[in-house]
Amino acid sequence: MNSPLSPVVSEAAFAVTLVLLILAPLAIAGVALINAGLGRSRSAAQALLGNVAIFAVAAIVFVLVGATFTGLSDGPSHLFHLAGKSWNWLGEGSFFLAGFSTASPQSQLALLYEFLAVALAALIPWGSGADRLRLAAGCAVAAVLAALVFPLFAHWVWAGGWLAQLGTNFGLGSGFLDPGGAATVHVLGGLSAVAVVWVTGSRRGKFPKEGFSTAMPGHNAAYILFGCLIALVGWLAFNLAGQLLWLHAPLTALPLTAINTVLAASGALAATFTVTRIRFGKPDASLCANGWLAGLVASSASAALVSPLPALFIGIVAGVITPLLVELLELAVSIDDPSGAISAHAVSGLWGLAAAGIFAGASGQFLAQLIGIAALLGLILPLVYLLFWLLNRAVPFRVDADGERIGMDLHELGGGAYPEFVIHRDESYR
Amino acid sequence: MKYAGLLVMPAGFFLCVAALVLFPAPASRTAFVFCGLAVEALGLVVAVRGHIEPRGDAN
Repeated sequence: MNSPLSPVVSEAAFAVTLVLLILAPLAIAGVALINAGLGRSRSAAQALLGNVAIFAVAAIVFVLVGATFTGLSDGPSHLFHLAGKSWNWLGEGSFFLAGFSTASPQSQLALLYEFLAVALAALIPWGSGADRLRLAAGCAVAAVLAALVFPLFAHWVWAGGWLAQLGTNFGLGSGFLDPGGAATVHVLGGLSAVAVVWVTGSRRGKFPKEGFSTAMPGHNAAYILFGCLIALVGWLAFNLAGQLLWLHAPLTALPLTAINTVLAASGALAATFTVTRIRFGKPDASLCANGWLAGLVASSASAALVSPLPALFIGIVAGVITPLLVELLELAVSIDDPSGAISAHAVSGLWGLAAAGIFAGASGQFLAQLIGIAALLGLILPLVYLLFWLLNRAVPFRVDADGERIGMDLHELGGGAYPEFVIHRDESYR
Repeated sequence: MKYAGLLVMPAGFFLCVAALVLFPAPASRTAFVFCGLAVEALGLVVAVRGHIEPRGDAN
């Protein structure tokens, strides 16, 4: 058992953090719009309903079970002792948020942050399974993430777990830092997307026997690009609230973090715009949206820790990597990821975490970030794959062939998102 | 192969944790952590290759 004390939060900081967290669901709305727009029109209603349902399931399961394992930074936790050090590996909170109203202000805000962050993390794999992942399976995936995987990693990073204590235990900077949720939300969600794609398989006709993979473009660029703008507000809220909660920064530090967040997204968009312009002759709208998102994800790790020039550089690198990786994953390793979540969330998040270690400047910080990255790749990815593989036995992930042919809307909901439109035969089937 | 790759990845993680415990010196600790990450990368490559679907499959 371990009960560290959390710092006292001023009333002004409490109020600002609360307002920011009320704005944070806009990140979820933005990702939901992007997920829906990048899928096909005959699955749009199912995609959007899935986003809302996953939000709801993740919120309920986190309150019922997940918050217990996440624990509080000033609450009890499970420890084991190895090599003379205490390894804090799991929270020991009360079930159903019992005692929440009497917890410290810092702890209440921390739980609210995690409550919203888990919903965003659970939405990420839903976009990657678009057009073939069943609604029930999407909700089951969200439940598993909210009950087990997210709480485990969130405790390690945000609730005084062993990654957060790398600084005090091993002299590695300030321990693993993830002020905006790049690791806990985006890399975790992106790695879950990898597992979902592997378990579910690709869309029918995506990888024909001969020739290149079939292009299946998103059905609504307006949703996608408007989602990017909505997401920016939510991202600012998550990054700024995270800086106050996890880094205990003063309010005067917030404007620079906001500027860094926008700079990273802008640099990433400019880079993706340029790369796709060179690569295809014209800029690609959906890849530019993925680039913007990648910049935001990279900023989640680094915006609170670096100065503006590195923030811009980090965004530009994320914007260059993303479109190239989307293409590489599809053409070279046959990964069918309609939302590009693996590139935009997982890989950009990993880059942002490493870059935060490089540019933050503290001795040992880079190594602390690398240990966190190693935990994500070495433990979380195999864990989510195993959980989803088992879950697929109980709740089959993939819709049957007929359902995929007529579209998820008609198959699962009995009606489409655009009932006045004529649904065409899928030209891409060969 | 896909399962072998996923089993190798935790081994890389435990190498990184072992580096923390066994090597107090920054240089050797960093080198060992990079070795752990390299093992994870190797496992990831094997897992990705194992998951490549045969083209033309209708699933």
